[in-house]
Amino acid sequence: MTDQDKKMNNQGNIVFSVRDLAKIYKMGEVEVHALRGANMELFSKELIILLGPSGSGKSTLLNILGGLDTATSGFVSYRGRDLTAAAEAELTEYRRFHVGFVFQFYNLIPSLTALENVAVVTEIAKNPMKPEDALALVGLTERLDHFPAQLSGGEQQRVAIARAISKNPEVMLCDEPTGALDSQTGVVVLEALERVNRELGTATAIITHNVDIAAMADRVIHLSNGRIAEVTANKVRKSPHDIQW
Amino acid sequence: MKGQVFAITLVVVSGVATFIMFITTMHSLDRTRNSFYNDYNFSDVFVNLKRAPESLKEKIKEVPGVNQVETRVSAYVKLDISGFAEPVTGHIVSVPDDGKPLLNRLYIRKGRLPDPSKDNEVVINETFAHAHGFNLSDQFAAVINGKWKKLTITGIALSPEFVLVMRPYAMSPDFKRYGILWMSRKAISKAYNMDGAFNDIALTLYPGAKVSDVLRELDNIVERYGGYGAYARKDQISHRLLNEEFNMLRNMSKIFPTIFICVAAFLLNVVMSRTINTQREQVAALKAFGYDNVAIGIHYAQLVVLIILAGLVFGIIAGIWLGKTLGGIYMAVYRFPALVFVLKPWVIISAIIISIISALIGTLHSLWRAAKQPPAEAMRPEPPAKYQITLLEKMGIGRALSQPTRIIARNIERKPIRTFLSILGIAVACATMISSGFFKDSVDYMVNVQFVLSQKEDMAVGFVEPTSYKALYELQEMEGVHHAETFRTVPVKFRFGRSSYKTVINGIEQDSRLHPLLDANLKPVALPQEGIILNDYLGKILGVKAGDMLTVETLEGSKAIRQVQVVALVKLYLGVMGYMDVNALNRLMKEGDAISGIYLTADSQYQEKLYRSFVNMPRVSGTIVRKNEIRNFYDVQAKGMLFFTFIATLMACSICIGVVYNNARIALAERSRELSSLRVLGYTRGEISYILLGELAFIALAAIPLGFLIGNALCAYIAAMLQSDLFRVPMVIELKTFSLAAAVVLVSASVSGMIVRHKLDHLDLVEVLKTRE
Repeated sequence: MTDQDKKMNNQGNIVFSVRDLAKIYKMGEVEVHALRGANMELFSKELIILLGPSGSGKSTLLNILGGLDTATSGFVSYRGRDLTAAAEAELTEYRRFHVGFVFQFYNLIPSLTALENVAVVTEIAKNPMKPEDALALVGLTERLDHFPAQLSGGEQQRVAIARAISKNPEVMLCDEPTGALDSQTGVVVLEALERVNRELGTATAIITHNVDIAAMADRVIHLSNGRIAEVTANKVRKSPHDIQW
Repeated sequence: MKGQVFAITLVVVSGVATFIMFITTMHSLDRTRNSFYNDYNFSDVFVNLKRAPESLKEKIKEVPGVNQVETRVSAYVKLDISGFAEPVTGHIVSVPDDGKPLLNRLYIRKGRLPDPSKDNEVVINETFAHAHGFNLSDQFAAVINGKWKKLTITGIALSPEFVLVMRPYAMSPDFKRYGILWMSRKAISKAYNMDGAFNDIALTLYPGAKVSDVLRELDNIVERYGGYGAYARKDQISHRLLNEEFNMLRNMSKIFPTIFICVAAFLLNVVMSRTINTQREQVAALKAFGYDNVAIGIHYAQLVVLIILAGLVFGIIAGIWLGKTLGGIYMAVYRFPALVFVLKPWVIISAIIISIISALIGTLHSLWRAAKQPPAEAMRPEPPAKYQITLLEKMGIGRALSQPTRIIARNIERKPIRTFLSILGIAVACATMISSGFFKDSVDYMVNVQFVLSQKEDMAVGFVEPTSYKALYELQEMEGVHHAETFRTVPVKFRFGRSSYKTVINGIEQDSRLHPLLDANLKPVALPQEGIILNDYLGKILGVKAGDMLTVETLEGSKAIRQVQVVALVKLYLGVMGYMDVNALNRLMKEGDAISGIYLTADSQYQEKLYRSFVNMPRVSGTIVRKNEIRNFYDVQAKGMLFFTFIATLMACSICIGVVYNNARIALAERSRELSSLRVLGYTRGEISYILLGELAFIALAAIPLGFLIGNALCAYIAAMLQSDLFRVPMVIELKTFSLAAAVVLVSASVSGMIVRHKLDHLDLVEVLKTRE
């Protein structure tokens, strides 16, 4: 099946559709063009990697997809819903029920235990998992009652993943999830993400500047200078277990 | 940090300003009083008697310790002022005919002394002149020794003897209905047949003279001339009231600035530790470049000093201004030639030193932490804060909590000391508010008890000398009089053991309808058939208890010395007196059925007519109208009270805003990362506001009951401090005072909350994800 065929097959299963997306930041008197007309899609059950050097616009793209930032021009739709026209309250609702986030620095609530950090999300979700189950998925059954200060970086990141998946989101957006971790711990985190994508079918977009990680994706979207430079598809997804960097 | 620095500065300004205000006002009044006393030769000892020959002066001069002696003639007269129907009493004091009093010299504000060749000229005191709008050459009438006489004002003056002009045994000054008239000795002597005689002595003592010995000796000398008992300067009414006021100022200058300095030090501590935390990396970098601990410590100390300096500058300016304002308010009641404003350098220097030292002590811990961090450690971001399961949850209550509520509970419990200090800070502000309201509440209560519940008469008519009961029947017959009751007042000196006290015994009718004696619970006290009731304050002064035999020296008439049993001590708020059944008192005096005056109620239509009749009755010495007394009490008290309430409210608000706002800002700074994270996870603005504002609300709400407790204690302390012969402040705090204090806390908390909420609505969600804490 060619790339084109796959695309045709998935036409009805488009999660995100991005058209001519541009974002200009004003930093004092300087205008920074973070995105200069990006076009892409994300399909159901797909795992994509957004690859590019720092400043290429990948975080900006992810933030707009996640409803954390607004575009200067262009169009983003999520399941046919126009995100670019959405108001603040609508974006909050969108994040609350549809998106799971994983960040480089975990962003856990230090005053809550692992279990409670997941419960923070399940309490407000529509159709959540049990927090214990989400933590079991990332292999943290033994650490439910530990506070972030008592967990290693990798464990904290896995709590963040459990938190992201616990609401059964349509899509997972991960910004440099292994950025703050050593490679061994990074692999464990990627395995968790891969397992969630495989078992739950959650469409997943992962940002990284680490080329080696790209091998675990269905497709790799290369960004450069605010544009999509190239999209490549992996015939076979490599298991994170076999990736080393 | 701008807002926070402003809030701290506000608290420092309040502290420094009140400190300087109270102390400079005290110093200024003290200096003003001392120079007036010295320059105008205020006497040390006073004696009143019936009549003595001028030759007695030489004998008095020989008393060891006595320096200068001046004899005078003085008298109380009824005044008749056209356009002012109410009864007015004048106290005439003679001025030597050479126009140069040796003692208690007059400061002539306007005009001149009376001409000894004219018998109708007077100089009047300034507050009396102002109250009636009198000017030079204005005229009014007086009933002098039973004769109606028109008097012309030749001067308006002040005297060290009458800095505060107050009718003897009155509850508060009444500038309109009581005035001092200085007349030439010749004129007054003629009117009272006192040629070559006197009834009033003022004298000064040599330094080191033993006052009590002099008083005893004087009493012995004047006894046969109808002496009413010699008294020292400390018992002179104007002087004594000034002293009371000074004591109050002194105590206030201790309490309030202390509160402020502590709050400011606490705020600085919190802000500095937060600042240093956020600047860990800069500190590390500086140390990596080779700056040593001392240099870094000094850097932050400079920041603290800078914040304090701003507060000091404005505080000193505000303090001087407030001191002058307060001085001006005092000058309206206490009359001196001019206020000598005294600003002692040490006051400013101590304000500076106290503020800086307490601020540095407050921030020492944070400074120490900043200085001792090894650079490598400081360069690394701070590890996640350590938390634990709260006590509440351990007790099993936690299961039901939502995660946001759990976050609030754990944040509060994680820094219990800081949480407690925040609560304490706001509680202190609440307490300050309560103490300011307390003044009004207690005065209202006192007035109600004294003038409404225990003095139900419309007017009290006093006679020149004890009179027979016939007067009662005469007055009862007058048109418009509803009800009349007699009273008997006897000036006495109580003695018990080595203590003594000069005051009066009030004889009241059994089951008096108009003048019931009420105890502190407002229950009427039954007057015993025999024996005396004292108020507890007098009991304390004399050291007597119920059942003791008290020695009573009568200071008028027969001058009898008797023993009387103390039946009970009763708590009363105003005055220091003894109370007896009027018949029992007369039996004690062995004078038959004499009365000193009559309380009466009258039809309001006839009241003015009644005043006029009393002015024209030679036997009536004066009339006190109850409603005027109440109005006066407020007129004189109100200004000072309002000013104090204004200052205290301002201060309480500044503490409140200082603590609440700083708390809110620091909580925001500390939590903005996790709140942003929650926003990213789909929490709404309202939901994350709950976490932050919930914590602030908890602190504010917890502070209110604690504030009530502290306020109550503070008021009890103030009440204890303000005990004086004039009044004992009752511990009365009205519900509305508590409500107002709570409202100020809630409003400043809400305003701070709104500012913080506004900032929460504008959190940068993207920025917070990029950085680690």
